[in-house]
Amino acid sequence: MRRIAIIAWHAGVLAGAALMLYPLLWMVVSSLRPEYQIPGNLSLWLAQAPLWENFASGWNALARPFGVYVLNSTIVSIGAVVGNLIACSMAGYAFARLSFRGRRLGLGIVIATLLLPGYVTFVAQYVMFSKLGLVNTFVPLILPKFLAVDSFFVFMITQFIRGIPRELDDAARLDGCGYIRTFFSIIVPLIRAPLATTAVFTFLWTWGDFFSQLVYLTKEDVKTAAVAIAAFADPDASTEYGPMFAMALLTLAPIFIVFTLFQKQLVRGIASTGFK
Amino acid sequence: MTVTLNPDVHEAGTARRAKRSGHERAQGRAAAILLAPWLIGVVGITAGPLLYSLVISFTKYSVITSPEWIGFDNYVEALGDDRLHKALQVTFIYALVGVPAQLVFALLLAVVLNRTLRGTQIYRSIYYLPSLLGGSVAISLLWRQVFGGSGLVNTVLGHVGIEGPGWLTDPDLALFTLILLHVWTFGSPMVIFAAALKQVPEHLYEAAKVDGCGPLRQFRSITLPLLTPIIFFNLVLQLIGAFQSFTQARIMTDGNGGPADSTLLITLYLYQQAFTSFRMGYASAIAWILVLIVGAISALLFITQRRWVFYDD
Repeated sequence: MRRIAIIAWHAGVLAGAALMLYPLLWMVVSSLRPEYQIPGNLSLWLAQAPLWENFASGWNALARPFGVYVLNSTIVSIGAVVGNLIACSMAGYAFARLSFRGRRLGLGIVIATLLLPGYVTFVAQYVMFSKLGLVNTFVPLILPKFLAVDSFFVFMITQFIRGIPRELDDAARLDGCGYIRTFFSIIVPLIRAPLATTAVFTFLWTWGDFFSQLVYLTKEDVKTAAVAIAAFADPDASTEYGPMFAMALLTLAPIFIVFTLFQKQLVRGIASTGFK
Repeated sequence: MTVTLNPDVHEAGTARRAKRSGHERAQGRAAAILLAPWLIGVVGITAGPLLYSLVISFTKYSVITSPEWIGFDNYVEALGDDRLHKALQVTFIYALVGVPAQLVFALLLAVVLNRTLRGTQIYRSIYYLPSLLGGSVAISLLWRQVFGGSGLVNTVLGHVGIEGPGWLTDPDLALFTLILLHVWTFGSPMVIFAAALKQVPEHLYEAAKVDGCGPLRQFRSITLPLLTPIIFFNLVLQLIGAFQSFTQARIMTDGNGGPADSTLLITLYLYQQAFTSFRMGYASAIAWILVLIVGAISALLFITQRRWVFYDD
């Protein structure tokens, strides 16, 4: 490409990127501004020293200190990650390597549920968990992950294990390893890539999830950060923008951190499976 | 066959058969252990509730009282429910405008960024970031301000002498604003397009250049046809996702689909029926109707793909 074309390319792409990021950057700056400076102010430049007070007042603006909600989000997200890692890899190994009756049927079920929309089972699940007295606990949000209901990950791990040379696990069994020990000592170390993808996406989805957390968590003490900050949208609440943006940023921070640390896994995961 | 490396493979036939069935039994046992959680999940979390929701869609059920069998009444009610029809209409517009617009941007940026210039990786990350954040409550709160009466957009318009409209309070504009947020999240299909573009053989472009084809012609005759499977893939995936959008509609407007039900996405209506009015039977009937609609759309896409999706093999 000619020099001038390269410069034009950079200018165009940069302008687009700036437009995409502008609202986000504006939110960051606004969270550090006094309230009267926020509406109508397009500048990304802080006129005075950053006002950290917004974080302090936002922290205490809701029914509980914001730490309670962050902790709840953390418990739910970590629980979901652990559940998916264990259950989906176990199922993936069984489908990829073991021959047993009903294997084809099982794989068929996995694929059939790949595209099953969540809302068609959601109401019935709610009825079930509510009869068991588990509404306002984390069980409805975490337990399904320990039961490998996220077929995407089961399928992804199954496909990955199929690509591993069988000689490796055969060799392990020659050394007297049973199938389950082979799984833990041979397969698990070899499937770190799909496990990382599983962990990253499970975390992002669970942390960012709103619908199911809104339905299951209605008491203040169990609310997650996503459910809690939704209170800022309450038309009756006279919320200031500064504290609201401050807390909104706190809930986005983990997503941003995971994004910067695990870009490779994210891109690989999206490219191979089409996840968001 | 898993026994090919077995050291006892040269033993007498009966011993081998015994050995093999021993292996099979061992595999069956291991599979039973490893698949136990998955099986419980299929029965208890997926298939069970799936059947159960079909059953309660024929009942009147508020969780507190016991279900009362009412036959097809819920489905009959759905036929005459104006709010449901409005919700379906809103959802269709949202999906059928938002998703193609999102994919156009995704493809455009993927092509533009398909260069080996310095900084490409950083640009791609920046364009990708909003798609990770877009579905969150936090971004919906931000968007509420940005498109609010005295929000960022109207401030910009004010600077150029235009009095901005009420983006989220005008029934003609509120859904458009939601769609804009959806388009903003074009990063994830962009990454999928980017991966696919790398697979397009370079020699095709070189041959086209020799024949005197310009960049636009190359895009139309080489890139686009080769990408149709990925376009199809993204289309199906994003449509299914769009039909499940909830957070934006719940947070950005009044939380009830307003103004004048113009942002009443179907999931929001389902939420209201199930968890505000506790009409579990009717909500389940809506969910099943929606499944049939989404299934029909997917089937239609799969049927029409033969006409426009180009497969190499």
